[in-house]
Amino acid sequence: MTAVEDRKVTGFEDNDRKPVGHGRMLRKEDPRLIRGKGRFVDDLQLNGMLHLAILRSPMAHGRVVNVDISAAQAHPKVKLVVTGAMLAEKGLAWMPTLSNDVQAVLATDKVRFQGQEVAFVVAEDRYSARDALELIDVEYEQLEPVVDVRRALDPSSPVIRTDLDGKTDNHCFDWQTGDKAATDAVFASADVVVTEDIVYPRVHPAPMETCGAVADYDAVEGRLTLWSTTQAPHAHRTLYAIVAGLPEHKIRVISPDIGGGFGNKVPIYPGYVCAIVGSLLTGRPVKWVEDRSENLTSTGFARDYIMRGEIAATKDGKILAIRTNVLADHGAFNGTAAPVKYPAGFFGVFTGSYDIEAAYCSMTAVYTNKAPGGVAYACSFRITEAVYLIERLVDCLAYDLKMDSAELRLKNLLRPEQFPYTSKTGWIYDSGNYEPTMREAMRIAGYDELRREQAEKRRRGELMGIGVAFFTEAVGAGPRKDMDILGLGMADGCELRIHPTGKAVVRLSVQSQGQGHETTFAQIVAEEIGIPPADIDVVHGDTDNTPFGLGTYGSRSTPVSGAAAALVARKVRDKARIIASGMLEVSVADLDWDKGSFHVKGDPTKSVTIQDIAMKAHGAGDLPEGVEGGLEAQICYNPENLTYPHGAYICVVDIDPGTAQVSVRRFIAVDDCGTRINPMIIEGQIHGGLTDGVGMALMEIIAFDEDGNCLGGSLMDYLIPTALEVPDWETGFTVTPSPHHPIGAKGVGESATVGSPPAVVNAVVDALKPFGVRHADMPLTPSRVWDAMQGNARPPI
Amino acid sequence: MQVTMSVNGAEVSREIEARLLLVHFLRDHLGLTGTHWGCDTSNCGTCVVLVDDEPVKSCTMLAAMAGGHDVRTVEGLEQDGVLDPLQRGFMECHGLQCGFCTPGMLMTTRALLDRNPDPTDHEIREAISGQICRCTGYATIVRSVQWAAAEQAGTRTSLPEQDDSRTSSAVGSAS
Repeated sequence: MTAVEDRKVTGFEDNDRKPVGHGRMLRKEDPRLIRGKGRFVDDLQLNGMLHLAILRSPMAHGRVVNVDISAAQAHPKVKLVVTGAMLAEKGLAWMPTLSNDVQAVLATDKVRFQGQEVAFVVAEDRYSARDALELIDVEYEQLEPVVDVRRALDPSSPVIRTDLDGKTDNHCFDWQTGDKAATDAVFASADVVVTEDIVYPRVHPAPMETCGAVADYDAVEGRLTLWSTTQAPHAHRTLYAIVAGLPEHKIRVISPDIGGGFGNKVPIYPGYVCAIVGSLLTGRPVKWVEDRSENLTSTGFARDYIMRGEIAATKDGKILAIRTNVLADHGAFNGTAAPVKYPAGFFGVFTGSYDIEAAYCSMTAVYTNKAPGGVAYACSFRITEAVYLIERLVDCLAYDLKMDSAELRLKNLLRPEQFPYTSKTGWIYDSGNYEPTMREAMRIAGYDELRREQAEKRRRGELMGIGVAFFTEAVGAGPRKDMDILGLGMADGCELRIHPTGKAVVRLSVQSQGQGHETTFAQIVAEEIGIPPADIDVVHGDTDNTPFGLGTYGSRSTPVSGAAAALVARKVRDKARIIASGMLEVSVADLDWDKGSFHVKGDPTKSVTIQDIAMKAHGAGDLPEGVEGGLEAQICYNPENLTYPHGAYICVVDIDPGTAQVSVRRFIAVDDCGTRINPMIIEGQIHGGLTDGVGMALMEIIAFDEDGNCLGGSLMDYLIPTALEVPDWETGFTVTPSPHHPIGAKGVGESATVGSPPAVVNAVVDALKPFGVRHADMPLTPSRVWDAMQGNARPPI
Repeated sequence: MQVTMSVNGAEVSREIEARLLLVHFLRDHLGLTGTHWGCDTSNCGTCVVLVDDEPVKSCTMLAAMAGGHDVRTVEGLEQDGVLDPLQRGFMECHGLQCGFCTPGMLMTTRALLDRNPDPTDHEIREAISGQICRCTGYATIVRSVQWAAAEQAGTRTSLPEQDDSRTSSAVGSAS
């Protein structure tokens, strides 16, 4: 079957006529969004609603000496001003992070990063709230900041986390994986060892909608309703119950339409807590929406890994071992959102897609006077960093061995008979067939012809680069025996209810931020139960109306919640089969399923549809013995393993030798995410991730000056690709189903963000080969590329 | 101060603070929340509306400055229950994901098609280069606008929306 045949011609009006189930289907969420009828947090207007604004620290490190709020309190439109000291009296000045650290809601003792929350104002309108911030007088005693991560552990560095008992340095944690002795032995006897220092600088997800919340506390009922920009409403509700001491059944978290997340909306931010406190204290609904600068300077950043990578190989290019040492900057508080046993996320998959003998990683994480966070921006829990490391190292090896980078990869890719494959760091890759994916990317690219063109251009002094990257992802966290966030297992519930007339509602614990869950999940259920997607309503993002689960991040919706949706539909179908056997007066074994109806084996004319069965289940008359009325089911799905999508990417760049400006001419992405539910949505996910990758490779960085001032605090300074900086994407696919997922699907949301940065950087470095460049760090801005051309490639931090 | 303007064809008049931004006037005072706000620096373009048929970033224009002018927002695109071809194009070609930048994209490309009904891909990219989409990677937005241009011109024969994956055929171990 070709991809072209797979793509049915469907206009939106054709959705109803589509074959039920998987395939290209236009999105159910679009009709409201293209009319401007989306329901985003800031769109909410409640009677009597007040507005909250947050005063933030102007400096990276300082002692809070005094906070004078009297002038702000006197502002005629101000209803409430709250400081850290006032929160401390209520035991709310600190809150847990998702990594078992604590973070200040409002600073009490010190400010620890520029942009940290110091006080908040609640006023009658948003402009007045901002005005009143200017009236708060904070006296600080400025302290020396820790900005250079490499010096954070120097004995002379000031200690940031003086709030932690007995803390005498800025050490956050150590972590290691793999077999050090075995790896060292392989390195000691290898023909070739290549070492490179590789920096993945701090970047920011910067979703188009910033973070915000509306808190509405009903003092009579003791109920708190919180509309917030969260990717994980259930997990947030539980944490609010724990932090604020509110009973969990009296808290309702609603995550309405979300304007992009990319991991930025996983953590609980002080602003959400402030909004809740504001509503508790004023008795009125309180809205907080951060501005762009607040989003960029205070919310979850990503990456910030300084890596020394080493690769050992034979002289003919067989990769033997990988060794790496990582220095991780976690900012002022460890706000990493990763399963508890994985402080470095899933960085352990740094052995990549290759058949190697040994691997070892040691990591040290430190605190600095920068915004907290650590996992965000579509990274699959640090796989972005891992894939970048290995894919850069492979290219460095190709450079030293004077081998073609695609050929070197083909020589080392895992072979299909090795799956399920246990990596040298203990990850069990569920399935994969890598070489056809690589060959397909090379075919689309016209790889050999591109290399010929490059050779000709080099003779003319033109700078053209071809970058290759191959990645394996590990997504769908995760099996509850291994994975939890603050003690909450990473399983997901799903409930399916078929109404008497055969229409259905499916309730999910995951939350879309643009991924199209209302469509994809209707299709998953449709495929299993035979009800058209148009007749299936998908409910999500509301803790009162959905079963418990951990939410959407790390590409986990389809691997975990998608499996739950398929299995709950099969459970309903099993019940429907029993009811059908009664209706057709045959045994269940004598029924065949036709996606939407059961018929008697050998006699297709004797059949009942799922709609007939739904009415029977709710109707008059007896049901088969032991069968309750109704047609519904609920499950909680605990994934057996992660799913391991893979892909091969090829990027073609041209560099202006006069200005060092990089232009991405072509980008070919061939992805394998197992069974493809809605190809249109999958392609969209990949396009977005590729754009992220070009942004990180060429322009995005959150940098700091020596005083700890954030240099990426607005979209004038933090550059994001526009339509002019990215090409028309060329995509393809292969299909290797997951053996343990009920429909064989794997996650795909972050594949392109993981795979594309090394492809772009490898292309730029390849273009710079005539200058003897083996490595240059992101972001490859014109000035940094120019430096590399002069032999002065430097790390960005 | 008093400001009076036409919004989506209807005259509106309100007493406002002189410093009120047009985006907040539309959203908070008129309840037209389809126009979004995304940055403070005119970089993201999610707040674009048409003022006298020209795209304007409403976060950088005072409501008072729009007094006496015709303002058109995303809510004004659908006429008598008929969607604008661009609205249909964005649905057909997956030109949106989270939908937050979409109103601005729709208004900017409406202005583009009004003065250039048959744009090249590059002209579309230039037209939306003052706007950021974090989800789509722009290619499907370009296709959406081309869909709408062809639809308007009555020349839509091929279906670009089939072309999610432009090049590949499925290979590998599909079973």
